[in-house]
Amino acid sequence: MGEQNGQPLIQARGLVKRFGELVAVDAIDFDLQRGEAFGFLGPNGAGKTSTMRMIGCVSPVTDGTLRVFGLDPARDGVKIRGRLGVVPQADTLDMELTVRENIVIYGRYFGLPRRQLGPRADELLEFVQLTERANDRVEPLSGGMKRRLTIARSLVNDPDVMLLDEPTTGLDPQARHVVWDRLYRLKQSGVTLVLTTHYMDEAEQLCDRLVVMDKGKIVAEGSPRDLIDRYSTREVVELRFDGTRPDDLGYWTAGHVTRVESLPDRVLLYTDDGDAAAHALHERGLVPDSVLVRRSTLEDVFLHLTGRSLID
Amino acid sequence: MSSVALALRPLEFFFAQYRRVWRGTAVTSVVTPVVYLLALGWGLGQFLKDVTVDGETVDYLTFVAPGLLAATAMQLATFESSWPVLSAIKWDRQYHAMLASPLRVGDILLGHQTFVAARIFMTSTVYLVVITAFGAVDSPLGILAIPVAVLVGLAFSLPIAAWAAHTENEVSFVAIFRFVILPMFLFSGTFFPISTLPRPLEVIAYATPLWHGVNLCRQLTLGDVDVWSALLNTGYLIAFIAVGLALARFTYRRRLVV
Repeated sequence: MGEQNGQPLIQARGLVKRFGELVAVDAIDFDLQRGEAFGFLGPNGAGKTSTMRMIGCVSPVTDGTLRVFGLDPARDGVKIRGRLGVVPQADTLDMELTVRENIVIYGRYFGLPRRQLGPRADELLEFVQLTERANDRVEPLSGGMKRRLTIARSLVNDPDVMLLDEPTTGLDPQARHVVWDRLYRLKQSGVTLVLTTHYMDEAEQLCDRLVVMDKGKIVAEGSPRDLIDRYSTREVVELRFDGTRPDDLGYWTAGHVTRVESLPDRVLLYTDDGDAAAHALHERGLVPDSVLVRRSTLEDVFLHLTGRSLID
Repeated sequence: MSSVALALRPLEFFFAQYRRVWRGTAVTSVVTPVVYLLALGWGLGQFLKDVTVDGETVDYLTFVAPGLLAATAMQLATFESSWPVLSAIKWDRQYHAMLASPLRVGDILLGHQTFVAARIFMTSTVYLVVITAFGAVDSPLGILAIPVAVLVGLAFSLPIAAWAAHTENEVSFVAIFRFVILPMFLFSGTFFPISTLPRPLEVIAYATPLWHGVNLCRQLTLGDVDVWSALLNTGYLIAFIAVGLALARFTYRRRLVV
């Protein structure tokens, strides 16, 4: 079976991954088209990494079907991997080698000729803004620089699809923004991105379409905007109470609020008009210790779908 | 794409990494056996009477030099397939980087072992030149001791790599060196003929792959080759390599393909 026009680049039907008794991925279906930025959003242990590893042909499929470029990972792993660019969750850089050597040597794993790899490495280092560190050892680089090098390295074979597993986990906010900026540029240049994340802002920034995963299953699918429209309200009022919180919130919020979520540290009121709802509470004499009106995010979608937060 | 072509790809990584540390390893892998050679063969040898091997009497230096060649190959191979293998799986995770490319588990295993073989080849070549300069090689057949040393190395490195891909921590490596490699180094015919050992120990020594390597290297450098025993020695080493390869393929897969 080969690749045909209009066929999804990656297709899963009833895809299952089991480790002994544990069901990590529980019969999921998804299609991924060329040029998309597609995300798996979910908390740790949702099955995102297992799914990525199956797509990357390094973890055998337990059950169901998976096709990457129309090929079967069990049979054509070598061919498929030759067209993927993988950014794993934990860096696998060679600490003893220089920044540039890391890219060149990695390119050799793909069988690329040495004379091509020199200029290619320089170009990629330029892209991830590491040109000045080209001849330094990798070990002393910051976490953000290492991540950028991993991204540069994964691009060495000019991949059709990039697999990014938690691309900015563990980075400080500034380093994350630099990584996002580079990934956004790749997306603009037409590279298909598949990423996992448990950061809703990352998913919102980068993904055209995403699936929300929980306990090995896909619980929702759509664009970030879609999902928010479908599973949340336009705005959210966050209330915090230092002392005891009122037990009958339904009474205080009647008429203004579609849904109330009571979390350990705060209460969320889902409404289309946050200011009006906050005002109404005040009118009725309920005065929390803090009131914040904000727009709905994917975090709210996840909370609504699963009853839990993304980051625990 | 043939397996051989794919297995050669990781080789470049191991050599690139080796270029960074070769000065240090040159000391351990070449200077150390030469120091042994000087102290034991030349120094201690002055006080020892000549040794008789298969009816031929040779001075102690000529006796011990080929033994040290085989023993050095064993130690080098054991080292190269213990910490570096576990590290490539668990700490530096280079195997995982390779697995994200077209390379398969088998290619990675073969690539890494090819590097170990190349290291032993280089070290043995240097060592053979040194012992030849010391006048400890009596026959041009001695040059064949280099490939034999490579076989000795692989007879150890493959089973050790199989173990390294199975184990969770490096504590066992120290135990292997202390309780397996060191006794073999001392009692497998490197420093004295195993016929001087008590009978039960002689049988054990005879069963070690190192003895077969030592015996074969010694026959070659002395130029006194008994074809049948040479074939037996070679076959014994190849059997260890074959079993080690099968075990390593199994443990590598089980560890890396999950």
